Amino acid sequence: MPEVFAAIALRTILVSGAATALAVLVGVPVGYVIARRSFRGRTMLLGLINTGMGMPPVVVGLVVWLLLVRSGPFGDLELIYTQRAMVLAQFLIATPIVIGFTTASFQALSPRLPDLLIVLGAGRIRRLWLLAREAKLGLLVAIMAAFGAIVSEVGASMIVGGNLERSTRVLTTAIVTETSRGEVERALALGLVLLVMSFVVNLSLTIVQQRSRT
Amino acid sequence: MLLTPRLLLTLVTSLVLAATVHARAGRPAQSAIILATTTSTQDSGLLDVLVPRFEKERGIAIKVIAVGSGAALRMAARGDADVILVHAPAAERRYVEAGDLVDGRAVMHNDFVITGPGDDPAGIRALTSVNDVMRALATRGAFVSRGDDSGTHSQELALWAAARIDPRSIQRREETGQGMGATLSIADQRRAYTLTDRGTYLSLRRRLKLAILFQGDASLRNLYHVYAVNPAKNPRIQRDAARTFIDFLVSPPIQQAIADFKRAEYGESLFFPDALPQ
Repeated sequence: MPEVFAAIALRTILVSGAATALAVLVGVPVGYVIARRSFRGRTMLLGLINTGMGMPPVVVGLVVWLLLVRSGPFGDLELIYTQRAMVLAQFLIATPIVIGFTTASFQALSPRLPDLLIVLGAGRIRRLWLLAREAKLGLLVAIMAAFGAIVSEVGASMIVGGNLERSTRVLTTAIVTETSRGEVERALALGLVLLVMSFVVNLSLTIVQQRSRT
Repeated sequence: MLLTPRLLLTLVTSLVLAATVHARAGRPAQSAIILATTTSTQDSGLLDVLVPRFEKERGIAIKVIAVGSGAALRMAARGDADVILVHAPAAERRYVEAGDLVDGRAVMHNDFVITGPGDDPAGIRALTSVNDVMRALATRGAFVSRGDDSGTHSQELALWAAARIDPRSIQRREETGQGMGATLSIADQRRAYTLTDRGTYLSLRRRLKLAILFQGDASLRNLYHVYAVNPAKNPRIQRDAARTFIDFLVSPPIQQAIADFKRAEYGESLFFPDALPQ
């Protein structure tokens, strides 16, 4: 069964990796703006985002499912029970986590730093990049927390992906299936694969995080 | 510093691209039909045999969504599936009458059995009438119910109703809301009685201490029917492909495959075909 395990593990990494990447693309700029600007309703927005960091994935899954099923408003897209539906659900789970951690890590920087960079003549994108480097410790925590949350999540993936053997079964949903079939050894082995995979990903990110910032 | 904005962007873009390509690769040319079915057909492994064979022989991809019969019927009523394979005849009749389901065919049957701890504290082993069994369970045994609106759950409710017992009045009856495998394991650990289809029990038997304590009554028949969803429910429903799947299930070679499924392994059939020509 190693090929089957490998296929499921690869699929898990691709789905959750893509969702994390999208969440970073959206969440880091949004977190930066929230950290740097002051606007009306900012505290309320942060409160909502912080609540979103603890949003039950299964609720997100249910809402995405309702939107994407044939009888739902976006049924014509035929996204239900596909990997893209899973990426969408996981993206929605991961984004508040990325925004929350990003906001906190940018806010931890010296408030004078952006002005300094403007004086030094750095453009807008360059500025975001240099600040992100300064906030690297916190931003990598954001990535690890987001990836960790969605790779270990089972409810949303099960509902919107349908746990299809050859296209949407990921490690967590495979564990549920094997357990309910009484294949406890296989379930445990899959759990081990998930743990090892998470460890490798997090170790790589931690190495990047801890490298001296020169 | 190795990480530059460009490198990071390249990394992120390639990951997204790889995922997209990967997702595409899994897509068949024609859009797949959705089969909503019960956990018992999935957990027994029967569909792992039939579905790949259907896809290979008929060239139509299937997405199997394993839920309870109740959920499968509701998916059909909303037009969220193309074809359903279920085992809740009383509920099915309502959906057929409402016009949600068409082209129904009997596919196979097995039977339900009542399992419980080997020492049989409720003393049902000696009983001969299923109504007496249910009354004994209501007063003397702990009972674990699926409670998930599945075919097995609706069968259990029908048995209580036939014995004129309100299941909510039974103190030691609990609902798991989970599939048959999980429910059997909970009943096993709690030394409780439960109603199960024979197939799931047989496939899990080596892990359970539960024994079959009552079986064979006519009211314990477990009938599986396949239906196409009424194409008027949703423009995306693929009636022809659904009909192809129905014809496939009732074709003689597949009926034979159902009869042979795991027979060598368990020494008895898990499912008995109902569409073989006599």
